[in-house]
Amino acid sequence: MTFEPFRTLTSRTLVLPEENIDTDQIIPARFLTTTDKNGLGEAAFHDWRYGPDGVLDEGHILNSTDTGSHQVLVAGDNFGCGSSREHAPWALLAYGLRAVISTSIADIFRSNSLKNGLLPVVVSPEVHKDLLEQPGREVTIDLDAEELRFGNHVVPFSTEPFARRCLLEGNDPLGVLLNAMPEIEAFEEGRAA
Amino acid sequence: MTGTLFEKVWDRNLVRPEQSDSPAILHIGLHLVHEVTSPQAFQVLKERGLKVRRPDLTLATLDHSVPTLRAGADGRLPYVTAQAEKQVETLRANAREAGIELLDLGDERRGIVHLVGPELGRTQPGLTIVCGDSHTSTHGAFGALAFGIGTTEVGHVLATQCLFQSKPKTMRVFFDGPVTPGVTAKDMALAVIAKLGMEGGTGYVLEYQGEAVRALSMEGRMTLCNLSIEAGARAGMVAPDETTFDYLRGRPGVPDDFDAAVADWHALRSDDDATFDAEIVIDAGAITPMVTFGVSPDEAGGIGGSVPAPANDSQAAGLRYMGVTAGQNLSSMKVDRVFVGSCTNGRIEDLRAAAAILRGRKVADGVTALIVPGSEGVKRQAEAEGLHEVFLAAGAEWREPGCSMCIAMNGDKGAPGEVVVSTSNRNFRGRQGEGVRTVLASPATAAASAVAGFVADPRDYVGAAA
Ligand code: SF4
Repeated sequence: MTFEPFRTLTSRTLVLPEENIDTDQIIPARFLTTTDKNGLGEAAFHDWRYGPDGVLDEGHILNSTDTGSHQVLVAGDNFGCGSSREHAPWALLAYGLRAVISTSIADIFRSNSLKNGLLPVVVSPEVHKDLLEQPGREVTIDLDAEELRFGNHVVPFSTEPFARRCLLEGNDPLGVLLNAMPEIEAFEEGRAA
Repeated sequence: MTGTLFEKVWDRNLVRPEQSDSPAILHIGLHLVHEVTSPQAFQVLKERGLKVRRPDLTLATLDHSVPTLRAGADGRLPYVTAQAEKQVETLRANAREAGIELLDLGDERRGIVHLVGPELGRTQPGLTIVCGDSHTSTHGAFGALAFGIGTTEVGHVLATQCLFQSKPKTMRVFFDGPVTPGVTAKDMALAVIAKLGMEGGTGYVLEYQGEAVRALSMEGRMTLCNLSIEAGARAGMVAPDETTFDYLRGRPGVPDDFDAAVADWHALRSDDDATFDAEIVIDAGAITPMVTFGVSPDEAGGIGGSVPAPANDSQAAGLRYMGVTAGQNLSSMKVDRVFVGSCTNGRIEDLRAAAAILRGRKVADGVTALIVPGSEGVKRQAEAEGLHEVFLAAGAEWREPGCSMCIAMNGDKGAPGEVVVSTSNRNFRGRQGEGVRTVLASPATAAASAVAGFVADPRDYVGAAA
């Protein structure tokens, strides 16, 4: 199995300036009883997009933005903190996002995102401020060159080399791990001895 | 070679060190599985024709979606939705097919995933332990390297018993001196998070050291390590000592030659000259019972203090959500509901602490109190000690084991706008029900707050009721 490679993405930004957007905001726990990965787009930011009465808040930016042309989320500091639920990147991808930009992105969320083709991009506070102030601007994320480009800016970012290679080539890390089986077995035998 | 506790455990479980084009491969000693983050992983294995490689190193339990209410007159458990029940059945089917031991409903060993590993003696010093759950850091209390993973990685471990891991950095968290009476592990943990901030630990494994840590029981150490993730850390660890060995001795899952194991485990401590990538020192004597006032766990303060002025718009919005204003005393927040339970504070010692305050007292009018043991074992022990009678006499509810209101996905939740004093780990918006305002605190503080009807200092309630 391979997944869709991620090389270069040019799209507009959707800005959510709130800090510490946790995974309970990204997908509330009551949607976690699913046994499937699909169909979570409706659950993405559900309680931000719908009132307590279940009525869609049409004025909310998450409801009024065309997701086809706005695939890059620019979010406040420390995005994705909280639980390890991989349902969070699944929901964001199903909602239509392909990349998240912030000044810091929580550990497990970051790792989960990379495994699903949602690219986390960490930028400096200055660049971040620029992006927060101009929602909807067009940006290009070039994973091969590890560059974020917008206007006259060329901003380098870094991605774990292995995850980057898997994304660029559409390689599945499980396949690579399975190839290491002789080493894994030798390790286990050595320990049993 | 000298090293830290983390490095020693890492090295013991390293199949292949990091290479220029791939992260290290780490062998996993114990893989804990629950119903919420596993179905999609089993599905991937099926699609690829792969088998669960080491069912013997895998242990499954049911905790997140299960009701804490007893079965109705028709004998059926009151699942919140049909989908929740299907999730439970899916894990049953997957475990059966793969030959994985499942602690099913009705099994006297069942409980929250982070309680059952230690109770069965499966959680041991020097092991690598993972689970599709961020509070896996709990098991670090035994000197294990334990961290949460996502569902894709659950699949990797099921299929290979290994994980790609980039090596984290190490941080020493040193508690200087002893804590004062009435201060618990939960208060110590909230003090660490308040100091580090929600992302201060990102990329690190924390090692807790100092007299106040040594003085903690295993229950307390588990509470401390459990909350490491709330500072963004990948894991938290405490070096094993006699307290650890005494806890484990005689439990079913420990090595046959226990004394030989103990001799080996003695080596699992940071050497005196080991270097850490970062270090913080906390004055243990200055810690008082802690409560949160905002919508992230680092927005916490000593109970005698007041709500600080917000530093930015996000914090201001959080305070508005909580219905508090800067300058307000932390102990003036009115309480609607109290929850004692979860993998943070659902162990026997936690229930004893709550019972000590509730004994001979009543939950205030208008307050609902829910006491949920973390496991069947905890429930049995609490009932043997008569704690359930204390809770019931005080007007609290005594439920069946599970995650319950910690994540509020089984139907146990608060109503919009309610203030809930909770012994769990996250005060995020809506975590305990849409619009619910959560105040995190220790079991003693939660119990005192239930009696007072507002956030209360447990030190005012020590000793028997008047
Ligand atoms: S009690 Fe809460 S934090 Fe612990 S495993 Fe259950 S849901 Fe997760």
